[in-house]
Amino acid sequence: MSKLNSLAISDNGFIFKPSTGESFTTNELGLLIINYLKEGKSADEIISEITEEFDVDTISAGRDLYEYLDFLKRENMLD
Amino acid sequence: MENKKLTIAITGLNNIDSPGPGVPVIRGIKDSGINARIIGLAYENLEPGIYMPELVDKTYLMPFPSTGSEAFLERLEYIHKKEQIDIIIPNFDSELYLFIKFSDQLLKMGIHAFLPTMNQFEERHKDNLPEYAKKYNILVPDSKPIMNSDELSNLPKPLSYPYYIKGKFYEAFKVVNKSQGVYYFNKLSAKWGLPVVVQQAIHGTEVNVIALGDGEGNTVSAVAMRKQYITDKGKAWGGITLNDERLLEITHHIIKETKWRGAMELELIKTDDGDYYLIEINPRIPAWVYLAVGAGQNIPEMVCRLAMGEEVKPVTEYEYGKMFIRYSWDLIGDIADFEKIIIFGEL
Repeated sequence: MSKLNSLAISDNGFIFKPSTGESFTTNELGLLIINYLKEGKSADEIISEITEEFDVDTISAGRDLYEYLDFLKRENMLD
Repeated sequence: MENKKLTIAITGLNNIDSPGPGVPVIRGIKDSGINARIIGLAYENLEPGIYMPELVDKTYLMPFPSTGSEAFLERLEYIHKKEQIDIIIPNFDSELYLFIKFSDQLLKMGIHAFLPTMNQFEERHKDNLPEYAKKYNILVPDSKPIMNSDELSNLPKPLSYPYYIKGKFYEAFKVVNKSQGVYYFNKLSAKWGLPVVVQQAIHGTEVNVIALGDGEGNTVSAVAMRKQYITDKGKAWGGITLNDERLLEITHHIIKETKWRGAMELELIKTDDGDYYLIEINPRIPAWVYLAVGAGQNIPEMVCRLAMGEEVKPVTEYEYGKMFIRYSWDLIGDIADFEKIIIFGEL
C-alpha cells in the first residue's frame, strides 16, 4: 500500500498516520491535492484543477502544489 | 472456563500518577467472559483500587517483597486459605522475583500464574541489556551499569551527554552534566538499589509494545502504541495504537528467540532513519494494558486462560488509531473502610 493510501483522512481535513500515531490537519486545498494524488493525477492536471476550483493563476497553483508536496514528503507521507 | 467461577488475585492497585497495572487488568478481566471473583492485593493502605466501587470483591494488604520471602509467603497462604485463589497476576517488577521463585510452590497450593522463567526474568535486566542484545541480535543504545557515582567521570566511550540514568526497577532521568548525574545516581540508588544504569540517549520517538508470549516462542498477542502525552514522571497519560509492522516484527523476533512466557512491555526508540533501539523490557503487563483491550486484544483475559492451561490462539488483528487518555477522579470514601484496612489489613 502506498504511504498516501495508508493515511486515514477525514472530510474535515484531519489526517491520521497509523504507522507513527501522528496526526495533522489540512485545509481544503491540501485535502483536494491529496485526493487528486490518490487518484493518480499528474502535477499538471492537479494545477489545472486548482486553478479552476480556487480561481487562481497557474503560477500560484503550482507554488501551492509544490509547497504541499514538500510538506507531504517531509512528513514521510509520500512515496 | 466461563462457567466456573475463578478467584483471581491481582496486585498493582495503585492507580496514582505513576499507575500500577492492577486496575486496568481487572477491567480487562471484567470485560471478558471470565466469571471471576477479584481479590486485590495491596501494599499501601491508600491504593485507590482498594476503594474503587465494584472493582475488587475483597482486598488484603501484603507485606512489601523487601520484607522477605517468609512473611510474603505466609501472608499469601493466609489469603489463599480464606479465598482459594485460582490465579494470581503480579504486576510489579519488584515482586516478580518472589512470585517466579515460588511459582512451583504456589502451583502446589493450587494458585496458577503465567510468568516468565527465572532465566528470562534475570537476563533482560537493564544492567544486562547489551549482552541480551548481542545474544538475540537486537539494537540497543550503549549502556553501562555503575555501582558508584565516581564511575560517571570515567564512562566508556562512546557514552556521552545526554544520557539517561536509570533505577534498577523504575524511573529514569535525562542527564546533561556530571552534577546532575551524581544527584540522580544518589537518588535512584537510595530508592531502588544498585546497580544504576547509564544509557545513551537516542534521538527519536519512543514507541512501545505490549505483548504476550506462550513460552513456546509464539506471540499470542501484541499491540503497538505511541505515547501522546507524557507526565513529568515519564508515564503515558495518553497514547494511540500504531500500525507499525517493523515494530511488531521485532516483538515477534524477541518472543521467538527467548521463548518468552507471559506478558511483557517493550520500550523502543524509533530514529528518523527508521532504526529501532530497544531501551527496556518490562517483564509484566504495563499500566496502559486497557488500550490493548480497547483495540481488540484482551491480554488480561488471555493471561488467565494461559495460566489455567487453556490453549489460546494467537491474535494478530487490532484497531489502529485507538486512543487512551487517563484522568484523575476524586473518590469519596468512608473512614470505616480505611479503618478496616489499617486495623485488619483487609477490606
